[in-house]
Order: sequence, then structure tokens, then C-alpha cells
Amino acid sequence: MTAFPMACISRFDQGTGAVFRSTASAQAVRGLLQAILAHPLLACVAENARGCTEIVLAEVLNNIVEHAYAAMNGEIELRINLQAGQMFCDILDDGAPMPGLALPAGLAQPIGPDQDLQEGGYGWFLIRSLTENLLYRRIDARNHLCFQINIEQ
Amino acid sequence: MDLKTETHNDVLIVRAMEDRIDAAGAIQFKEDMRAICLDPQPRVMLDLSRVSFLDSSGLGAVVAVMKLLGPGRRLELAALTPTVAKVFRLTRMDTVFTIHDSVPDGLHFAV
Repeated sequence: MTAFPMACISRFDQGTGAVFRSTASAQAVRGLLQAILAHPLLACVAENARGCTEIVLAEVLNNIVEHAYAAMNGEIELRINLQAGQMFCDILDDGAPMPGLALPAGLAQPIGPDQDLQEGGYGWFLIRSLTENLLYRRIDARNHLCFQINIEQ
Repeated sequence: MDLKTETHNDVLIVRAMEDRIDAAGAIQFKEDMRAICLDPQPRVMLDLSRVSFLDSSGLGAVVAVMKLLGPGRRLELAALTPTVAKVFRLTRMDTVFTIHDSVPDGLHFAV
């Protein structure tokens, strides 16, 4: 078994974090995003960074609902910690693993007036564009996704 | 999805009245737009001034609406709020759509 990176755990022991849990559905994700953005921890986060946070969390959470929990019901746990201008996020679920135990590449889609534009496939591109140190691990039948968002932008 | 429509000359203006076009509402948005766009105006302008958030599902739905209009008609966007504009900019969709800062003068909804 791959050891869960300790850096992803220890950050949440320091009183500057919050833990959220939600059932996994598109409607519940709306409520969860609302709860996170309304949390006092984020009160000092500027509007632009709040927008980035909402985009990233919406994409990650909806991906869990649509793929990890495509064939079952379940819960999502989200841990947030703010330190040194960074928002560290850990998101856990008990759903199906990522195909190949790896994150999608999230490549930019070909865009242009002559292209046949895709109606999907933009989510991981957005996540990768707005996060750093994105890391996925499958441990004890759980998906763990860690990343950080620069909130001093 | 609550969408209000109005026609000015050759422009069908559609104002999204809800604050999110997201994974929970994208399919409904697309279906409602499909019905609205049976009105054959050559230009369709989607007023997004009340939409504070749009995710990749919402973006996909907007792309789908553009495609269902076909080559002879145009989908234009107006009044993107900051987070919505960010999604269009990051994905470079701002290079595909004509985006107006606001609904052009003369096309505003009667209050």
C-alpha cells in the first residue's frame, strides 16, 4: 500500500482548518460550496481567490458525484486549512477509484472558430490551471485528493 | 431554469434569472434553451448578469446551445460576472464567443 503523504495529514491539526462532510449529489454539492464559502475561515479571502476556490471545489466535488459515485451513494469529506497565503485542501470519498489510479491529464481542449468544440472535458483543465501540488492516492478503498490554491492572488 | 426572453429586431435576448449554471442545472438549462431557440431569430444574446457562478458543466451546456443553433445563427454572451468570466478566459472560450460587457444599449429589458 502506498503510504498517505504525511504532509497532507499534519496540516489539519493546527486549528486553522475546517472539516466538511456531505452526501454526494449535485444538489448537495451546491450546499457544500455555499457552506465552505460562508465559513469564517474564508472571510479574509479576496474575491478573486474565492472565485478560484469555488471553481476548483465545484469541479472536484462534481467529478466525485458523477464518476466515483456513479454507481453508488456515498459521502464526501473535505478538509481545508489556510496557512501562509495558501488554502490546503484534502478531499476524500469512498467511491470507485480513478481509472488507472491516476488523475486525468486535463489537457486544454482545441479551441477556435473552425474546431468542433467539445461539450465536456474542461473540468480537470480548470482544476489543474488553478491548483498546485495536485496529488491523488487510493488508500484503504478511499480516494484522497490533495492540492493547494494560492489565496493571495 | 428560469429564463426570460425578449426580442429586439433580429436579436432574441435570453436573461438567465438564476445565480448558477452548474452541474445540478446544466441539463435543464440546455433543454430550456433548446425550446427557446425554436424562435428563429438569427442572433441569440444570453444575458448572464445575474449568474454569479458557472462550472464546466454549465460551460459545456453553453457550448451545446451554440452548436444547436447551427452555422447560420450566432450565440452571443453579455454581462459576465467575474467568476464566470474567469471560466471563459481560462478555457479560452472567450475567443470563441462574442462577449459583450453589458447588454448593448437599446436591447435592455423594459423594467
